[in-house]
Amino acid sequence: MMGRDLLGIEDLERHEVEKILETAQRMQEVGQRDVKKVPTLRGRTLINLFFESSTRTLISFEIAGKRLSADVVNFSSTRSSLKKAETILDTAKTLDAMDPDAVVVRHSVAGVPKRIADALDAPVINAGDGAHEHPTQALLDMLTVLEEKGRIDGLTVAIVGDILHSRVARSNIYGFQKLGAEVRVVAPPPMIPIGIETLGVKAFPSLREAIDGADVVIVLRIQRERLEGAYVPSIREYAATFGVDRAALRFAKDDVIVLHPGPVNRGVELSHDLADRRPGVILDQVRNGVALRMAVLYLFAGRPDRPPREGGIT
Amino acid sequence: MTRLLIQGGRVLDPSTSLDEVADVLIEDGAIAAVGAGLDATGAERLDAAGCWVAPGFVDLHTHLREPGQEYKEDIASGGRSAAAGGFAAIACMANTDPVNDDPSVTEYILARARTDSPVRVYPVAAATRGLAGEVMTEMSALLEAGAVAFSDDGKTIMDSGVMRRVFEYSTLVHAPVIVHAEDRCLVRGGVVNEGPVSTRLGLPGNPAVAEAVHVARDLMLAEATGAHVHIAHVSTAQAVDLLRSARQRGVHATAEVTPHHLALTDEATAGYDTHTKMAPPLRSNVDVLACRAGLVDGTIDAIATDHAPHAVHEKEVDFVEAPPGILGFETAVPVTLDLVRASELTPLEWVRRLSTNPARILRKPGGRLEVGVPADVVVVDPERRWTYDPAKGFSKSRNSPWAGQEMEGRPVATVVGGQVVYHVDRGVLIP
Repeated sequence: MMGRDLLGIEDLERHEVEKILETAQRMQEVGQRDVKKVPTLRGRTLINLFFESSTRTLISFEIAGKRLSADVVNFSSTRSSLKKAETILDTAKTLDAMDPDAVVVRHSVAGVPKRIADALDAPVINAGDGAHEHPTQALLDMLTVLEEKGRIDGLTVAIVGDILHSRVARSNIYGFQKLGAEVRVVAPPPMIPIGIETLGVKAFPSLREAIDGADVVIVLRIQRERLEGAYVPSIREYAATFGVDRAALRFAKDDVIVLHPGPVNRGVELSHDLADRRPGVILDQVRNGVALRMAVLYLFAGRPDRPPREGGIT
Repeated sequence: MTRLLIQGGRVLDPSTSLDEVADVLIEDGAIAAVGAGLDATGAERLDAAGCWVAPGFVDLHTHLREPGQEYKEDIASGGRSAAAGGFAAIACMANTDPVNDDPSVTEYILARARTDSPVRVYPVAAATRGLAGEVMTEMSALLEAGAVAFSDDGKTIMDSGVMRRVFEYSTLVHAPVIVHAEDRCLVRGGVVNEGPVSTRLGLPGNPAVAEAVHVARDLMLAEATGAHVHIAHVSTAQAVDLLRSARQRGVHATAEVTPHHLALTDEATAGYDTHTKMAPPLRSNVDVLACRAGLVDGTIDAIATDHAPHAVHEKEVDFVEAPPGILGFETAVPVTLDLVRASELTPLEWVRRLSTNPARILRKPGGRLEVGVPADVVVVDPERRWTYDPAKGFSKSRNSPWAGQEMEGRPVATVVGGQVVYHVDRGVLIP
């Protein structure tokens, strides 16, 4: 049985990851119907609590909730506009008083979903916290790879980009390894976090070596403010040494696929044609994201038997 | 004549290496005699059987928040909490509002302490005006007003030229300069120790080298100027090594370590509890072991709490936003007694690091039970078991990672100038 919250892939057992992916595969069928709605979560309330701006993830969770007939409420506010007014625990207690059936949390600081979960009766689903985890993104990446390759066990996955600041990287490192893949990371040295090898991955010094023989290449979004001086000298130098294009992929397996969590900085971390065409599979990821989030909401928000939280609000 | 007899305890005086069961007789605020079977006709009696009787503890590093942030703590509540922790004297940092960079603020703190605090308060004045790291303070005037040392503490002076002048000028007034050694350019927003834990948690890392670089700089500047540098809250193995070699070549350097850097590692942050956010951050197990070894071999002179109260709502925010620091006074004894229980320190050497050495660093009386000195004494029951509840403590704040935990060892009584100011069963008695 699943835990109460989905805070990260690190906490999941292999069979739980597999269960979510299997459920998502069943959900994919709903999106292909003429009427894309099932009554599974009718009468249940889902709150999307986004303290960091997001378009894709928020819309994806909203559509997923609505396809399951949940009542979906979106709340968006940046951390800075909220921080003077109320504490995290205030927020959690206020929401709790409205009896939601699940709360989806995104925040720019790692650990906030955990702190909210500790204080909330409802299950909490992490939609991305700082550089910690983004579990539904990793799960939809795994779903996409599974759809393409038929397996994850034994594959070689290379993650390219700003590993230091990336929650997508961490969640994918845990997820793909749990399902038996070999995970490599590659980035300019300032973007490789200290102690990354303790997560079981190998950091590679060059893009070519990291991609050599890879079945899957996951390209991370580079935030432009990190590209100017502090971590790498320039966008131009980053694109020239770590940008993934068709030429860079010649060392990968012939049937390599390229993933990206979006939105893409075209011509920086990923070339224009890979953003649109195979072996790029970015729109498949987006499509799978809805099915995957339906599965997560079904498994975590739709449980009449959910275990009571230990401790609760203090 | 008022007389107080502390009876039948194990008396520990590091200044004379005394360690034997004896009575301590106090007359008119001063130690009158230490020995067995003292004649104490008419004296008030304090039973210390099964307890340790030691010079009152001296805390080199505290934040009392008054003036300006009395919602976190004030001199009265901080002083009471210190008394309950076994401290007879505490040095308070200058980051108040207004900053203690002017004799009027120093005098205000001392005036409040005289009326409000059960323990002695030694103000540490700012090293630069407004803690801005630019213009040094009037050290002579501040010293005359009662300051005991100079420090910009957490507002580390990054300009090496300013730091050099501060060190040079401090030799005029013969006062230590206390350094919070973190290169702020290397810290750059880091909130947990950089390493496997920060990588796993996804929180910005504060590298150990940020401390080492700054310790190295200030040891070299102290060496060049002949100043007395005191390194606050040492947290890394590299800093311990740098201190050890500097002391070997005769640099006038002293150092302190906090109970939390001796007891907790960065793994304590796994649940994102903001009560594990400190500056410097909790470090790796290697660093903790090095700090303990440094304290044992004398490279680190003293245990100091860095008592840093923050209001409940200030810690109920995300980990980056939360202010660093925890309460220190009331947990210092049980937490650091772990070094005695682990046979790393003898009881006598433990007392030395909590009283004799910090008093020596501040050039203040205290830290000894010699006949004739002011009677600052602590009675500690090293085996007393209790549950720490900050709400039942004396601080105004609650921010402790040890809240709700079982503790072993507790101060039973604190005596300042011959008066019992705290007793575990009766609370704070004076003022």
